[in-house]
Amino acid sequence: MYDILGVSGAAVQTLLLLLAASALTYILRRRFGLLRLAAAEPRGGHWGERLRRLLVIGFGQARQPRYLVAGVLHIILFAGFLVLSLRSLSLMVEPYAPGFLSLGEPYATLKDWTGLLVLLSCVVAAWRRVVVKPARYHDRHASQSHTAEALLILGLIAVLMIADALIDGSFWLTGLSPNPPGEINLPAFWIHNTTILIFLCLLPLGKHFHVITALPNVFLSNLNPSGKIKPPSYSESNFDALESVGVSKLEDFTWKQTLDAYSCVDCGRCSDHCPAYATGTPLSPRMLSIKTRDAAYAAYPILGNIVPPQERPALVGETITDAELWSCTTCGACEEACPVMIEYIDRIVDMRRFLVDDGRLPAALQKPLAALEKRGNPYGKMARKRGEWVAEVAPGEVRILAPGESCEALYFTDSCAAFDPRVQQTAVAFANILTQAGVNTATLGAEEVDSGHEARRFGEEGLFMALREKNMEALESRSFQRIVTSDPHALNSLRNDYTIQQPVVHHSQVLAELLQAGKLPLQALADHRRYTFHDPCYLGRHNGEYQNPRSVLEAIPGIQTVEMERSRKRSFCCGGGSLNLFQETECDRRMGEMRVDMAADVGAEVVVTACPFCLVNLEDAVKTTGREGAMEIIDLAELVQRSINGAEQQPLEV
Amino acid sequence: MEIYVCIKRVADTSEVEIEVDRSGLALEEADFSWDINEWDNFAVEAAVQLKEQHGGTVTAITVGGEDDEEVLRRALAMGCDQALHCYDPAFEKADAWAIATILAAALKGRAIDLLLFGAVSADEGRGQVGGLVAGLLDLPLVSLATALTVDGAKAIVQHEVENGLERVREVDLPAVITVQTGINEPRYVSVRGIRKVAAMDIPVHGVAELGLAAENYASQTNRITLEELFLPPQGVGAQILEGSNEEMMNQLIQLLQENGGL
Repeated sequence: MYDILGVSGAAVQTLLLLLAASALTYILRRRFGLLRLAAAEPRGGHWGERLRRLLVIGFGQARQPRYLVAGVLHIILFAGFLVLSLRSLSLMVEPYAPGFLSLGEPYATLKDWTGLLVLLSCVVAAWRRVVVKPARYHDRHASQSHTAEALLILGLIAVLMIADALIDGSFWLTGLSPNPPGEINLPAFWIHNTTILIFLCLLPLGKHFHVITALPNVFLSNLNPSGKIKPPSYSESNFDALESVGVSKLEDFTWKQTLDAYSCVDCGRCSDHCPAYATGTPLSPRMLSIKTRDAAYAAYPILGNIVPPQERPALVGETITDAELWSCTTCGACEEACPVMIEYIDRIVDMRRFLVDDGRLPAALQKPLAALEKRGNPYGKMARKRGEWVAEVAPGEVRILAPGESCEALYFTDSCAAFDPRVQQTAVAFANILTQAGVNTATLGAEEVDSGHEARRFGEEGLFMALREKNMEALESRSFQRIVTSDPHALNSLRNDYTIQQPVVHHSQVLAELLQAGKLPLQALADHRRYTFHDPCYLGRHNGEYQNPRSVLEAIPGIQTVEMERSRKRSFCCGGGSLNLFQETECDRRMGEMRVDMAADVGAEVVVTACPFCLVNLEDAVKTTGREGAMEIIDLAELVQRSINGAEQQPLEV
Repeated sequence: MEIYVCIKRVADTSEVEIEVDRSGLALEEADFSWDINEWDNFAVEAAVQLKEQHGGTVTAITVGGEDDEEVLRRALAMGCDQALHCYDPAFEKADAWAIATILAAALKGRAIDLLLFGAVSADEGRGQVGGLVAGLLDLPLVSLATALTVDGAKAIVQHEVENGLERVREVDLPAVITVQTGINEPRYVSVRGIRKVAAMDIPVHGVAELGLAAENYASQTNRITLEELFLPPQGVGAQILEGSNEEMMNQLIQLLQENGGL
């Protein structure tokens, strides 16, 4: 029945399968050649959670509908793949045993409808590619467009759908009445079975490799908190014993980092959410993946010899520039947006580790890093002045904890709240609230050094380790029930970079607890202004705390709140913390300026935040966008204190 | 090419309240942090870049106390091949001339192609040592270099001269060149980079090794005697204008006119 040109159907099918199988095996072998040389990265264990992610984010496509049209189209195409793979399998078996894999009438109807929907989706997707051209599709740093590849793949899918429909006369697609049983459209059958094999072999050549790698990529995704940075090496735990640090060439990536690059679909959601891309810096996260993938394809070609590292453009420096890498604030918006769980921060940090080891650190960052090393804070302030802010709190209420002493709440201020005169006010406000609520509070004073959060994220692992050691020494010689901090970066560092037995909590969480316990005597603020809460990246996205600050804010009588469009998981970075403040990144606008615009867009006149750097960056942005007097930036603790004091609306901070 | 670069460890006095100690001859150092003199950092970078282009070795030298070894480690981490620590209790409180004679003693008899200094040091800021060493070793000197290349047995140096001008000179090697900041972008030295060179041997040369008169070398050689150190007395007559920008401007113009400034 399937014989064609006098050759038996089984023979033709066998030939096609053999050709496709050998081609695909060869291609995948070449593609995975790089992965075999890659650095180790353990991604086993927690199989239940992995399976859950595979089902929800992989098969469930949970992250797709955020972009409604594209998301729904993708869900249809993906569901179509799943439904029709059974049909394709049965068609492969047909020439050997006609009717052997009969799937029954209900399935036939399902696959007909699916085929029709998939075909329509292809048309809409192609129309979007050619006519609508959403801005997200074109990256301003891209040297080549992927439209042709996208159209080719959409065309192949369309051919498959049409051929499938013609094989036995799908009513829905062709309007023909079904062929009499046993009769098929022979050319359509072979076109289908040939196309699907060509399609398979084409996948690993471009961005559609994701069809093969995306589900494994989701299954093997990072289960650590997103705020946790991977160690420089998984195979050698002694940092000083490492021959080289970080990633300078393709082979230095871990296998998962390369798989990430292979799995990138070029959908642009990461860059669409990236504040560095939005403000016109040299960074576009998707290009990190695309350029890495293109470099890998060029160095490990399907045909021809592997190109040795010294004959390639430098991965870090040429393919990916230093400026791109320094533009990232590690806010995590890209990772939150990626539908296939590609990880960016660890890759960027690994490449920065190489730059730092190679001495290639922007001049503007060298002083603050030297100051961190010499004086324990990036400002170069005298270490012994670190605890001086406590003098502003009600006298004697917040102690500088000496070794051997104990307290209930140990306030880890980190450098910004300890030294920046504006941010000291938030530390004082928070400490006042704690002492008024009867919490036995102390701080480390001069024994505390910077948490090293940004030092680590800027790739200066050795400096981070030295800072951590000093802090651990100070912490271990004192006893306390828990650590409280008003700095989400410190929170993240102490939770994820340090190993501390006691809980570490953020001041917004402490304030919410005190509120619950009835220990915040909040009074109405005679205030007709609109308030909005700006989610700090390291509080929200990286540590999952969205609700407590809002609960506190909403408990203040008499104020009206509004949400920005980009809030909670989609919050937009203010410009980054600590060392980021010293950077002179080339950009069109500052992140903070875009953020206060977003607040103004929803009519907010007061932006409440819970991070020293958000406060500093956004206050700067208020000034540079000419909103002085029209918009106030305030820390949650300061607002709570204002409400406790029952102040009438205070004059705006200038 | 044999390159020598002379460096110094200086105090970072930023953010510190400067106080004279009880002797009246030194500053309270408790709050200081110490690091390589900024100009010397550019000189080390220049030396290492020349080595990377032309091959050869770079040797970093300092005259200073025990702790000053720190800046030599840093120079090694930046890519210097070896270091020499001129350290002897007798060198304590050496002035520019004494330091220059110690360096000259350390350098004499070595095959030198290029001898680099930072143009000036951030502590006393006299900018003398480079020139003095050039004189003692009888080598040509170009000071305040803002660009430096080497071509065979010549160095092409762009350097600052009077009235904000710069000039390009060729100088035969060996030569002494003092380096201005901004001549390059010094590489960053990571904590790990320092630890990697922690085990490298740095020879220490004192009066005996350098063949210098043993007793009280510095005090006998110094040509400057410090009589007294004091903070400049607070000036009088400072006035802060108040009011709107326009009012302050008018007050300022009036003051300048009254006092002959306009």
